[in-house]
Amino acid sequence: MDLKQIYSSIIMEHSNNSEHKHELEHATHNERGHNPSCGDDIQLHLNIDGDIIKEAAFTGHGCAISQASTSLLCELIEGKTIEEARLACQKFIGMITGDEDDMDELEDILGDAVALQNISVMPQRVKCAVLAWHTLSDMLEK
Amino acid sequence: MRDVLETLNNPPYDVQKIREDFDFLKVGESPTIYLDNGATTQRPRQVLERVSEYYKSENANPLRGTYHLAAASTEAYEQARKRVAKFINARTKQEIIFTRNASEALNLVAYSYGFEHLEEGDEVLITRMEHHSNSVPWQFVCQKTGAKLVYAELDGDFQLDMDDFASKLSEKTKIVSFTGTSNVLSSEPDVKKISEMAHSVGAIAICDGAQMVPHHKVDVQDLGCDFLALSGHKMYAPFGIGVLYGKRDILQHMQPFMYGGEMIEYVQDFSASYAPLPYKFEAGTQNVGGAVGLHAAIDYVEAIGFDKISAYEQALGEYCAIKLRELGTCNVFHPTKGPRGAAVAFNVCGVHPHDVASILDYKHVAIRAGHHCAQQLHRGLDIESSCRASFGIYNTKEEIDAFIDGINFVRETMGLTK
Repeated sequence: MDLKQIYSSIIMEHSNNSEHKHELEHATHNERGHNPSCGDDIQLHLNIDGDIIKEAAFTGHGCAISQASTSLLCELIEGKTIEEARLACQKFIGMITGDEDDMDELEDILGDAVALQNISVMPQRVKCAVLAWHTLSDMLEK
Repeated sequence: MRDVLETLNNPPYDVQKIREDFDFLKVGESPTIYLDNGATTQRPRQVLERVSEYYKSENANPLRGTYHLAAASTEAYEQARKRVAKFINARTKQEIIFTRNASEALNLVAYSYGFEHLEEGDEVLITRMEHHSNSVPWQFVCQKTGAKLVYAELDGDFQLDMDDFASKLSEKTKIVSFTGTSNVLSSEPDVKKISEMAHSVGAIAICDGAQMVPHHKVDVQDLGCDFLALSGHKMYAPFGIGVLYGKRDILQHMQPFMYGGEMIEYVQDFSASYAPLPYKFEAGTQNVGGAVGLHAAIDYVEAIGFDKISAYEQALGEYCAIKLRELGTCNVFHPTKGPRGAAVAFNVCGVHPHDVASILDYKHVAIRAGHHCAQQLHRGLDIESSCRASFGIYNTKEEIDAFIDGINFVRETMGLTK
């Protein structure tokens, strides 16, 4: 495996300079996601209007993988319906666990977030990648 | 630095010959540079062969059968106990209780001694740098008994602050439980002095020796602690075997920790009397394979000699800390003064420890990243987590140099260099 496939430019960019890493003044929903074993600790902030996620942002800290994954999630779901966001969570987690491998479909639904697909070759880092998506999933269940 | 280099360039024992005994260090085209010995060590061929030999020709359930194999198994098990007793200079082998690991040993004391002796108003004094296995059991026992858990803090150089420790010790203190060597900072509290201080207020002294015993000659009679816990797998023995040493007069008055086979004397319908020491504390079929492996591991390290091992490993730790500080890109959590051992905790500025470990892994360097089962310590240092390189008898200066190059590669990968 080439390390550049994991720490790719898109992941490093989202990890270091995320446009979505900030508090959200008009947040309607907030949820904490935490990996106790490694200390990744994020807060997702959403502004949901009716059925539409108008704004998505996050705060907190963690490794490059968890930060990039959270940023990519925020970018993806802004403007999406709750149902679309739910489907994205399901597809993303499936992609990481290896249960989803239809690349065309994954790219359609997940956009840039498919850059994290190679994490599946590093089992000890999978939980970093899926943290935000599980957090969003829990949020949308409530 | 000159002394350190002198020791590493002219090791007090033949490190290359030792490396030959560890097949793990030769596996694959690019063998792993294994710097996670604080988590678990590798095992030399002598230990693996002894365990294999036991299972091939001596295996039966110990302490029970009446045929010759059962006697052979019992003999192997009891010889291991005797060897451990001699190794740490216990007064008698009755003071040696086999457990799964140091965690189980500490839980045994927490349950069997703590529950019986603590009540509301009492205090249990531990330190900021305890492994969870020496803090969480005490949290539980304190919650159940109403006793108070008290922390002795660190000084500015990552050593136990003895003034703070002294100020928190009082007539209320019934138990002092402390590490002999921090698994993160590798600072080495003065076990003898702490034990004396504990006794001066009538408390018992429990030493978590998991990170101390693999690196130092330990004499429990000289140290004076009432209990000592150790893990075999951190000192070149198999997983699943550990030891609780306890003073006989204290152990004799303690209730069993686990109940069942072979720990009894007579069993009535509604009550039982218990076996004498040490069997009272060893319920169920025991890990004889692990015990004979521990026996072989003790033989192995003592043949090298602990004076030599300590000197060499301390030089490895010091060299690593110096090189990391020289980089100027890391925060190093390692004492600069006082007794310290063969583990160095650090963070690469601007890089999460898990990214550091993953990228080093790509260069075949294995280190630990996370909170190292010491969340209270990390909170005290005001960090979430850290990286740790920890050394054993087979590590070399060249491996540390490769690790340091790896840190530069980490920064490059993360886009932190020009």
